Amino acid sequence: MSGRKVKKGFRLGLSYIILIIMSVVAIYPALWVLLGSFRSGKSLYSKTLIPESLTLDHYRELFHSKSILFGQWYMNTLKIAILSMIIGVLLTLLTSYAVSRFRFRGRKTALSTVLILGMFPGFMSMIAIYLLLKEWHLLDTHLALIIVYAAGAPLGGTFIAKGFLDTIPRTLDEAAKIDGASNWMIFTRIILPLSKPMITYLALTQFVGPWVDYIFARLVLRTKENWTLAVGLYDMVASNQNTNFPAFAAGSVLIAIPITILFIFLQRLLVDGLTSGASKG
Amino acid sequence: MQRHRSKATILSILSMGLGQIYNRQFIKGVIFLLVEAWGIFYFSGNLGRSLWGIVTLGDAPRRLVKGKWLDGDHSIFILVQSLITLLFFVLFIILYIMNVRDAYKTAQNREKGIKPNSFKQSVRYIMDYKFAQSFLSLPAIGILFFTIMPIIFMIMLAFTNYSAPNHIPPAKLVDWVGFQTFRDLLTLKTWSHTFFGVLSWTIIWAILSTFTTYLGGLLVALLINQQGIKFKGLWRTILVIPYAIPQLISLLVMRNMFNGQFGPINQYLGYLGLGGLPWLTDPFWAKVTVIVVNMWVGIPVSMILIMGVLTTIPKDMYEAADIDGASGYQKFRIVTLPMILFSTAPTLIMQFAGNINNFGAIYLLTNGNPVVGDYQYAGATDLLVTWLYKLTLDQNKYNMASAVGIIIFLIIATFSIYNYRRTKSFKEEDMIQ
Repeated sequence: MSGRKVKKGFRLGLSYIILIIMSVVAIYPALWVLLGSFRSGKSLYSKTLIPESLTLDHYRELFHSKSILFGQWYMNTLKIAILSMIIGVLLTLLTSYAVSRFRFRGRKTALSTVLILGMFPGFMSMIAIYLLLKEWHLLDTHLALIIVYAAGAPLGGTFIAKGFLDTIPRTLDEAAKIDGASNWMIFTRIILPLSKPMITYLALTQFVGPWVDYIFARLVLRTKENWTLAVGLYDMVASNQNTNFPAFAAGSVLIAIPITILFIFLQRLLVDGLTSGASKG
Repeated sequence: MQRHRSKATILSILSMGLGQIYNRQFIKGVIFLLVEAWGIFYFSGNLGRSLWGIVTLGDAPRRLVKGKWLDGDHSIFILVQSLITLLFFVLFIILYIMNVRDAYKTAQNREKGIKPNSFKQSVRYIMDYKFAQSFLSLPAIGILFFTIMPIIFMIMLAFTNYSAPNHIPPAKLVDWVGFQTFRDLLTLKTWSHTFFGVLSWTIIWAILSTFTTYLGGLLVALLINQQGIKFKGLWRTILVIPYAIPQLISLLVMRNMFNGQFGPINQYLGYLGLGGLPWLTDPFWAKVTVIVVNMWVGIPVSMILIMGVLTTIPKDMYEAADIDGASGYQKFRIVTLPMILFSTAPTLIMQFAGNINNFGAIYLLTNGNPVVGDYQYAGATDLLVTWLYKLTLDQNKYNMASAVGIIIFLIIATFSIYNYRRTKSFKEEDMIQ
């Protein structure tokens, strides 16, 4: 009996050790950047993990420097993210409501088309979109980014959202219809309130997009005042002439914090969103 | 009583809206007439030129006129403009057909003695019975212009000679060349060597990265889910952090951490008395680095997924196994593992497909480097997608890039369609309720 207990204790102990090691590995990069952002000087190299002297200079630099317009970029990103989120989520919900609730000719073809189109390497279409935006005189505007992000939203989200809407009992719609509700009323009064978890999931993924897109935004936004955070941050790393690691670290922290907090708070919803494809699949 | 039908049809063929006006649906008729007017105005100026443009891609090169360079046709602009016009034209034709059909049907009803709908009634009819189609038209237009048009454009580029240095507008014209680009890519020694080299690394990468993250996630999920482990929620939250940090940030940070000269990883190895490794600069070690970093990014996702599945496995299956005297390992092998594999298989396939296209992981971390000497503009860790990116934005070899893009698309589409076709949600979607 005791032999078994020892064995179990050994097993648990080993598990704890592995978990602790993994946790350290998981947290370490975040910690390293956070501490790095308080470090004085400009270099990447540091003798110790915890810097000898802590300073907030780099955060101040982000907002006051002439070459890094962090505050401006923050507002740009926020504006683009919120607007494209609202439009994109609405478009996605409409699309998924239509394909989930109505049966019409060409429906399955439309669904397969959306699926296949979603698989094209995104920036293959960038040249064409670039030329299109040039044609419509939208280059270097935030409107262009909002339109493109929002128009792309149904491609990414429709399938997940449709899977969710499929689980809302159709008897609810039918009951409402008997009571004389129009399709639009059913959508706003029944479907929307019931799909709050799905809306949160879609909104979050759509919101995060502009914060991390550095490829397309870099192509469209030409003047520094119009940049988004991702473009600015990438520029801080990629342009080699003025490497300033602590400033980059401070910028990373400021971008990562809101998004990381959102993700951790909405963890459960994200899990539902992730698995809804799998379990019902 | 045939006359209503034929008259309305002929009138609506002559011009949009006339049939409707004949059917006494005045508002609808005027709306259609306005569309027609816009169409004539727009297409009379553009349609002919766009047809010419898409066939010839422009025929006037840049030339010297009285000692000054005069710009010729810009083939690529012409191609895009032609495509946009033709797309509008297709939309217009569809509308036209709808208009004729509508006039015909209304007239048919009139012959039967049914009064045509008033404008209010028409709107109501659309909201009640054509709801899905009218709702979908908005996203559909977005997809048409920002996804389908670019894809058609890209496919067309693969059949032109649009590439640096000899065929870049506005200095030079671009021409159709048929399958020449594909032939070059697959048979020309310099190109095919790069292509197959990059392709094989892409496949190795996709397999390794998918399996390492999956196995890692499985291991962590089982560890946390063990009986007797305390603070399950805490472990989970800690281990999910890499997933919550935006990849753009975490990968750029990793790039600094693995820096061979100043990065902390080599620094710590130095403390342990080991020499530093060329993490990002040696072809072999760079490959190891991207796989390891990808594990850091990807394990949390698999962990979440698998933990979700673990909660759905019915307890009585384990009880039954206990009664049969199964050991812990046997329970895992016979109950847990098959259940997990069964429910995560579709996600696994999608992850594999996603990894083939995992642009961020490579581009942000190594940029595809270190450079390989006998490759055409590609490095040791370049995937097909990142190579494509370099071909497009750095080297302006647009036609070659498009050909590679089409090949990537074919690979991914095969996986995804196979996967999608065998999922339940496609086969029996109406069975859910």
